[in-house]
Amino acid sequence: MLLTITTTRYPATDLGYLLHKHPAKVQTVALTAGSVHVFYPEATDDKCTAALLLDLDPVGLVRRSTPGSSGFALEQYVNDRPYVASSFMSNAIAQAYATAMNGRCKDKPHLVDEAIPFEIGLSVLPVKGGEPILRQIFEPLGYKVTVQSHQLDDQFPEWGKSRYFNVTLRHTLPLKTVLCQLYVLIPVCDNDKHYFVGGHEIEKLMEKGNGWLDTHPVKELITRRYLKNIAPLARQALEVIMKDEVVSQEEKAPKDKDKLRLHDLRLLTVRDILLQHNVSSVADMGCGEGKLLRLLMEKASFKRILGLDVSYHSLEIAQDKLKIDRLPEIQKARLQLIQGSLTYKDKRLSGFDAGVLVEVIEHLDEPRLAALEKVVFEYARPQLVVITTVNAEYNVKFEKLSSGAFRHSDHRFEWTRTEFETWGNRVAQQFGYSVSYQPLGETDEVVGGPSQLALFKR
Amino acid sequence: MSRRNNKLSHISIPELSLVLLIGPSGAGKSTFARKFFKPTEVISSDVCRGLISDDENNQTVSADAFELVRFIAAKRLKLGLLTVIDATNVQPESRKEWVKLAREYHVLPVAIVLNMPEQLCQERNALRSDRNFGGHVIPQQISQLKRSIRYLREEGFRHSFELRTEEEVAQLETITRNPLYNNKKDEHGPFDIIGDVHGCYDELCTLLDTLGYKIDKENAQFISAPLTTTADGYTRFRKPVFVGDLVDRGPKSPEVLRLVMHMVNNGFALCVPGNHDAKLLRYLNGKNVQLKHGLEQTAMQLAGESPEFIDAVKSFIDGLVSHYVLDDGKLVVAHAGLKESMQGRGSGAVREFCMYGETTGETDEFGLPVRYNWAMEYKGRAMVVYGHTPVPEPQWLNHTIDIDTGCVFGATLTALRYPEKELVSVPALEQYAVPARPIGYNAGSALSIQQQYDDVLDIEDFTGRKILHTRFSHNITIREENNIAALEVMSRFAINPKWLIYLPPTMSPAETSKEPGLLEHPAQGLQYFKEAGIRKVVCEEKHMGSRAVVVVCRDEIVAQQRFGIAGEGNGVVYTRTGRSFFTDKETEQDFITRINTALISTGFYETFNTDWVCLDTELMPWSAKAQTLLQTQYAATGTAATQALPVVVAALQRAIQQNVPAQALLDRYSQRLAQAKDYVTAYRQYCWPVNSLEDYKLAPFHIMATEGKTYFDKDHEWHMSAIKNICAGDTQLFRATSYRLVDLGDMDSENAAISWWEALTAAGGEGMVIKPYTFLNKDEKGLIQPAIKIRGKEYLRIIYGPEYDAPENLERLRSRKLTAKRSLALREFALGLEGLERFVNKDPLQLVHQCVFGILALESEPVDPRL
Repeated sequence: MLLTITTTRYPATDLGYLLHKHPAKVQTVALTAGSVHVFYPEATDDKCTAALLLDLDPVGLVRRSTPGSSGFALEQYVNDRPYVASSFMSNAIAQAYATAMNGRCKDKPHLVDEAIPFEIGLSVLPVKGGEPILRQIFEPLGYKVTVQSHQLDDQFPEWGKSRYFNVTLRHTLPLKTVLCQLYVLIPVCDNDKHYFVGGHEIEKLMEKGNGWLDTHPVKELITRRYLKNIAPLARQALEVIMKDEVVSQEEKAPKDKDKLRLHDLRLLTVRDILLQHNVSSVADMGCGEGKLLRLLMEKASFKRILGLDVSYHSLEIAQDKLKIDRLPEIQKARLQLIQGSLTYKDKRLSGFDAGVLVEVIEHLDEPRLAALEKVVFEYARPQLVVITTVNAEYNVKFEKLSSGAFRHSDHRFEWTRTEFETWGNRVAQQFGYSVSYQPLGETDEVVGGPSQLALFKR
Repeated sequence: MSRRNNKLSHISIPELSLVLLIGPSGAGKSTFARKFFKPTEVISSDVCRGLISDDENNQTVSADAFELVRFIAAKRLKLGLLTVIDATNVQPESRKEWVKLAREYHVLPVAIVLNMPEQLCQERNALRSDRNFGGHVIPQQISQLKRSIRYLREEGFRHSFELRTEEEVAQLETITRNPLYNNKKDEHGPFDIIGDVHGCYDELCTLLDTLGYKIDKENAQFISAPLTTTADGYTRFRKPVFVGDLVDRGPKSPEVLRLVMHMVNNGFALCVPGNHDAKLLRYLNGKNVQLKHGLEQTAMQLAGESPEFIDAVKSFIDGLVSHYVLDDGKLVVAHAGLKESMQGRGSGAVREFCMYGETTGETDEFGLPVRYNWAMEYKGRAMVVYGHTPVPEPQWLNHTIDIDTGCVFGATLTALRYPEKELVSVPALEQYAVPARPIGYNAGSALSIQQQYDDVLDIEDFTGRKILHTRFSHNITIREENNIAALEVMSRFAINPKWLIYLPPTMSPAETSKEPGLLEHPAQGLQYFKEAGIRKVVCEEKHMGSRAVVVVCRDEIVAQQRFGIAGEGNGVVYTRTGRSFFTDKETEQDFITRINTALISTGFYETFNTDWVCLDTELMPWSAKAQTLLQTQYAATGTAATQALPVVVAALQRAIQQNVPAQALLDRYSQRLAQAKDYVTAYRQYCWPVNSLEDYKLAPFHIMATEGKTYFDKDHEWHMSAIKNICAGDTQLFRATSYRLVDLGDMDSENAAISWWEALTAAGGEGMVIKPYTFLNKDEKGLIQPAIKIRGKEYLRIIYGPEYDAPENLERLRSRKLTAKRSLALREFALGLEGLERFVNKDPLQLVHQCVFGILALESEPVDPRL
């Protein structure tokens, strides 16, 4: 909400010339979502502070913005935006300090390129990832960083620390460099943008990051966050910045890469099983974004493929990824996507050779499994049912996973091999199937594979 | 009937039939159709040619045009509407298609032949400029007609009429439509529907006696029926309805026949035929029938009877109608039951189904055909009562019930009293026969058939566009996109649908207040009800926690018997979206146990004559459920504001000391700082740490339902006082809701309520809810809002944001539209009550779930979340 720039370079009031703002006045510049005020709390020859004060209109902000994505209905109305330094602040810098940031100073042009000692104050700066990230971002550029952190609520210490900091940065740099760096790095800390991030953002980043970003040790992080995690844009920008260096395609940390490989392995294993059993029609019950469907489509022996998911959004993505609209008629006829649920019986699931549930059951509350069993084994009743689920025993191998925690926040349970097999045996017996099990992924002698698969036959 | 009717002025056809007009081009079919049928009843092949090709005479599109005729006809027949096909239909093969269609929908095909002279047809066509087909066409059509006309009966037309001249057509004045024999919708009962008797005459007499009928047992003569005063205030004689299988296996089939024939022939009773009755008829008619399955006994018993009696039996059975549709279509009686698409229809297939039901084609280990249980898929609105398959005890399944309790096999003879839905049984005097298949074989579950069936609901009942009927309001339409959203929420997060009998409706705030600094004030709420014609309201303190529905059973056995849930404890606490309130089962069950203990200790179960209850409540603290929200949104915003603003204020103060003209800014930001602090204070009121059950507070405010009863007929004072009694059972857990009664129009009373609200909100309360004194209220437009909330000034900070009450903000926030929210509240309210009514009436779960699912779907409609 407040950005102060202080200098002690004699005469300190030269700051007024540099910023192109008179120290004795309060100057107000209009922004799209409110306004910004510039004033000087202190202006002597020894020390001069310029303050940039955001004045966002909380009601106006709401009327302009698009629905939030957090799932919290009141997000638009109750939020931190008016009180923090965010992309609104970058916007304010660009508006109020345009001249200085562009390196122009009519009256004292020699000041533009002069490295001047500055003390920057930000109240308050939200930092996703907290103090370590804040330091990773500013310290390599030579800033001396002082932070004051805050509890979320003093009355409820158990709620922990907030992500807001009163930050002081000290450095000796030309003002235009400071402004450019703040312009880029404030929203990077916040990791949010109040506007739609489009292609022109790359140019802005290139321009403002010129001379410092390409040598920054966490330039990948800065680039990704600046472009708000939009993968294709971030990749494009990274390619520009890194030129001949190899760019990793995966967004996530190495742990997640193992996970991805595991998931591909699961899907291929499932497909192999289906191929071995000469299955010609498959219902993917919980198809998500359609990864398995795509693998199945590659094999002509699958004549009829059904993808069911409860999430309409996932189906839309699947529809898109599988390019269904552009498939030739004959291919299109093989595949059908439907919204459905495995806790309701569904005639559309009948008549398939095989039913496949890859990492589905653990997303259901355990008491609801009884309904799923009936839907799959009693009503849909395919010849072959393949069910995979994570192996809880393997969790000890994931260093980052605390003991007793689940691998995914939406997992309602994670079973050991014995638990899975006890369930599978009972289901097989109850519904007249035979069942066999196999581990999925690289198997550990003690804890087994990361995932497990049950094959039911009738 | 007659294919040649001279000087006919009047013909009659069945009310539900597919009428084929038959005749060459120019015979006057369309004119005829216009004269005797409604325009919408007639589907003309010419019109359909025109619809698809812009030319009614375009013979090249005939195939497509007929497809269209057939499509429309099929839709009409599905709805049970008489349909007339206006096409030449002169060839047997084209008529064959229509007979097939009629059979598919179990309606009767009727032929009306306009067999006009060729010359007349030619003349008429010559007058029409658009019909310029060759002169050979009409003679050809006439010859096709004449060649095949005499075989109409063989083709399947039991009703056909022929008109040969213009004069005959002119003489015909009316075509009347006769109800089908099975249509007895105007008989409203009350009825006593009696299961398979199978020659058990003594038991039948005892049952009739028990039901209050007077019978001359000696002479098998009916004397009198008991009287019942029905709900609509009429006093009527009761009427027995026999589901058939009067004979075979038992000791006294002739006596049973004699009595039932006496009753039916004199209009004191109704009877539908069973498969055994039909087989007896074939035997008596000299057909080659195997004397087994008990027919051998009947044959022997009838050996001594007079030929007159035998003839009477034959004509009695022959005259029995496959099934009856009674009481405005609310009741259907058929021997083996009847699926919805066949009810009130007539065809060989219908008769077959009524007597034998459906089989899967497989045979079981006893060599008997495996019956396909049509009732499993029954979703019709009519209650279906049937027999045929002996069951250990009659059980409702999807509004159907099998009342054959195997009297002849030594069990009982059962009657269902309608509309009371009471079962009356008398025991068999002895076992007269041994069933080939043990009765109730494969039935060994603790759950009823309905509950087993309800284990998994059918998705097609909840997806797509749905129109739901509600008894307290209009029909409610649920749009497809809202159902899509509901399906995801329901499947991913909701608890077992068997627990989920109710979801609470949303609640609208009052109109915006114009009082300075306020967005809401009680005056507008009171005004709303005053304008709606309400004289008395109740103002209840609004607790700030999370809305929770609580279902508690006295024990797990009740949970199993009444809710059909085994192994999930004896109760549940769930949120407005049907999600379990507690993440771990143990805490939930401990919580339920505390409530149950309070219910037991306060004698609730005895007072309410129930063993379960559904309560609408608020569960506190808010922070127990909204932890993530509090941390990521509320506390976060609070920290950001209270940490940033002091720095801003200090900077502005320094600037002012330097003579910078920043006083106005300082004032503004100082105010914002104060507002931020108020905001933090506001949300903190509703947070406290929860370490054990002791830290929860539960404030029930409605008793929604108990066994067999809802409480929408009780006023809110009653609810409050009944709840106060429960609260006394655990003062640590429960928090009674304080309330005030207000007489609208009495200024003192209104002002007292306003002062009370001011005091409540000044002390940090959320606000209050104003409800009409009685639970359900209507005006000429329908239901009126069951409740209006008036939220406190400080509470609204956590809804509208910390700075909402700055004058420039408030001014803009005042223009808010309540229409969508209010409409939503009413629809959800009506659906919520409907679902509970259905549940207490023991309707199939799918009907209850439709309401609950509908509320969840409605919740996905976009409305301003701040309201």
